[in-house]
Amino acid sequence: MVPLSYYLVLSGILFACGVIGFLIKRNIITIFMSIELMLNGVNLSFVAFAAHWHALAGQVFVFFVMVVAAAEAAVGLAIIIAVYRTRETLNVDQVNLLKL
Amino acid sequence: MLSVHLILFLAFGAVAVAGAVNLLAQTHPINSALSLIAVMAALAGEYLLLGAEFVAAVQVIVYAGAVMVLFVFVIMLLNAGVEEHTKGSRVALLIGIPGTLIGSILVAWAFLQHSGTEAVAVGVMPGRTSGWGDPAVIGQLLFHEFLLPFEVTSILILIAIMGAVVLASRPPTSPVARSARGVD
Repeated sequence: MVPLSYYLVLSGILFACGVIGFLIKRNIITIFMSIELMLNGVNLSFVAFAAHWHALAGQVFVFFVMVVAAAEAAVGLAIIIAVYRTRETLNVDQVNLLKL
Repeated sequence: MLSVHLILFLAFGAVAVAGAVNLLAQTHPINSALSLIAVMAALAGEYLLLGAEFVAAVQVIVYAGAVMVLFVFVIMLLNAGVEEHTKGSRVALLIGIPGTLIGSILVAWAFLQHSGTEAVAVGVMPGRTSGWGDPAVIGQLLFHEFLLPFEVTSILILIAIMGAVVLASRPPTSPVARSARGVD
């Protein structure tokens, strides 16, 4: 008996928490985890819409989002390791070679 | 008025939101990672409530299992400590939190006021069949209608594996690697 809008509001709250974390966190790993939180929020709305309209394609899209998120996590964490090797820090404020 | 469905939804939702807020509140990345695992487990419960058993299982195995193990492994490998804030990050704190809160409240208000979905409850639709979230049905869909995207994602995974190995391995001849080894 749960309305669709409740699921969408929960999904929006999780996405907003991810955006806030992306903005205020300075550790590059925590920023990356905030991105994962945003992806999870979007996945929840995918599944809620799939249940609402009886469209199984929504669940297949969630599957694809998970695959892309796993690939992104592997490449992103490798980039974080490479950044740490060259800059010796995980603080994004100190990774500023491209700044003017 | 309160059905079991709604109570379970509120319980899992409370766990998910508490984990997400705790992810923001913690300063050590390992605590944030554990909060994120709690969020993902609660979301798996929400998927079960929505009748998506396959997605719930994949959520626990892939997200809460594989991806988060990778995160925790990298946090421990790099010996990540408590983060320090600078002037720019405090400005982001002052502008980012109110802005995002106002935006999300607006979106929530719009959903609850204008969506008109109050009468249509998730999970109690009359036309619903019993084998809706069945892995066999999803497999049929995945390997017939979505065969080309499936193959493309497998190529994406292959490229991601090779990219991760190339990025994370230390090139033995480059000057950057030599200087890094000198610092070590």
